[in-house]
Amino acid sequence: MLTRLGDQLERMGRSASSGFAEFGLGAVLLFQSLFWIVMGHRRAQPVRIEATFERCMEVGIMAVPIITLMSLTIGMMLAIQGIYSLRIFGAEEQVVLGVGMSVVREFGPLITGILVAGRTGSSLAARIGTMRISQEIDALSVMGINPVRFIVAPALIAMVIMVPTLTFWSSLVMLTGAGWYISLDLGMSAGAYIDRLTEIVKVGDVMHGIGKSALFGMLITLVGVINGAMVSGGAEGVGRMTTRSVVLSICAIIVTDMIFAFIATRS
Amino acid sequence: MSQAVLEHPARRKPSMTEIAAAPIMIEVRDLVTHYGKREILHGINLEVRQGEIMVIMGGSGSGKSTLLNALLGLLRPTSGTIRILGQDLNAISDVERTKLRQKMGVAFQGGALFSSLNVLDNIVLPLREHTKLDRNTMRIMARMKMQVVNLSGFENLMPAELSGGMIKRAALARAIVMDPRILFCDEPSAGLDPVVSSAIDDLILNLREAMDMSIVVVTHELESAFKIADRICVLDKGHILTIGSVEEVRNSPNERIQNLLNRRTEAEILDPDEYLRRLTGTQSQ
Repeated sequence: MLTRLGDQLERMGRSASSGFAEFGLGAVLLFQSLFWIVMGHRRAQPVRIEATFERCMEVGIMAVPIITLMSLTIGMMLAIQGIYSLRIFGAEEQVVLGVGMSVVREFGPLITGILVAGRTGSSLAARIGTMRISQEIDALSVMGINPVRFIVAPALIAMVIMVPTLTFWSSLVMLTGAGWYISLDLGMSAGAYIDRLTEIVKVGDVMHGIGKSALFGMLITLVGVINGAMVSGGAEGVGRMTTRSVVLSICAIIVTDMIFAFIATRS
Repeated sequence: MSQAVLEHPARRKPSMTEIAAAPIMIEVRDLVTHYGKREILHGINLEVRQGEIMVIMGGSGSGKSTLLNALLGLLRPTSGTIRILGQDLNAISDVERTKLRQKMGVAFQGGALFSSLNVLDNIVLPLREHTKLDRNTMRIMARMKMQVVNLSGFENLMPAELSGGMIKRAALARAIVMDPRILFCDEPSAGLDPVVSSAIDDLILNLREAMDMSIVVVTHELESAFKIADRICVLDKGHILTIGSVEEVRNSPNERIQNLLNRRTEAEILDPDEYLRRLTGTQSQ
């Protein structure tokens, strides 16, 4: 009995220490990426603009169709639920208030973050994991090419630029979807809807959503890279760490979102 | 540099005296490495001279890949020194190490070609990252190296579209694109049919002749080792059994070397009782 308890405690201890180690690795990766972004030129090893554009295309432009489709659907769903709930109190006119604030501050960044985590975070983990197994990372090192500068920094820049951009687009599409349903159901004109929205939603609310989505982009990159770098055991290992990367990214996004919301609503 | 330039019909191996007189390119002293708590290399001493082909040979688990990783700076040794071109690999700054690595080329066992780049872009990559040459010059240089390894015409293929021999050739082309002074090849003929394997061996010999580079080859293919080596370093369980010319290794009285050369398995060498104890997992007395 005591031995089993001891084993369990040891396992917990190991998990906790490996968790801390991952945090540490994330911090080192972030620091190194920032170092190469800022100091790369001085070291004659700049972060390549073409590589960054490629990543931007992959993270941002290629994700536009799915983000648009999901955002439109969620916007309409929010309007449907909002009107249904508020009708109980006879306050369905207030649906614009609920939809406007929740989309710009929460749903836009959250849905975009989750979709990017599933789409790009997983592919980043799989790509780095495969590169590790096929010795491509070693090849970079022995060629004198820093892997963080070559792989991580462009991905980080692309994520920090494109996730907020996608969030802005997603919020816009969600509000359009919601407005479309509201005008159909409540007969509110597009002009009245926009006027009401601009009354309620301030620039600060939009910046709140965009600011935290940049943080989400950074988290997705670091989680993807760490999990990719930890791949071992061939194709099965790649699959396992890719799944882990998506799950951890989504957890990290939701926890960060909660902390961000708590802090932001108190300032 | 054309293929014709690289072909040396009267190819001659340097004598031991010539090798001994050449400058030292790689110097390993008392190298000890660990994986976790397990000691893998137990005090390795080795020198590779200019223009020499040194083959590191040994069975599975002998430590040859660990030694290669240490030589490449991918594995930090527990103790001992590795000096490459006179510089202590593990004592120099990152900037100096990056510069040093530009003088080293590595052809990995599986090629390690970047799967997202075509063959030409893979070969151009070191030039793009370390030189300020214009795009056309870089591409011309890469094509020249492709011609050297007989890979002309396959520039636009992706690594997934290449055969095993072509991957090895592309990896060699990328390894020599910066005209390195030292070339490392990890199992260059592993997994290839005898004809392609022999062609890769010829290619390595031609590269040495044409570019006067030192070449370190890690292999367990005896035929290939005897064909290309000036000297052979035989590793066994993390120790060097011998370093010598092909003839010296062939004629070595050391039983373990002869077992390796005659492809005798450990099971055949072991005392039958000890073998049985190992199979059943019981402790030997």
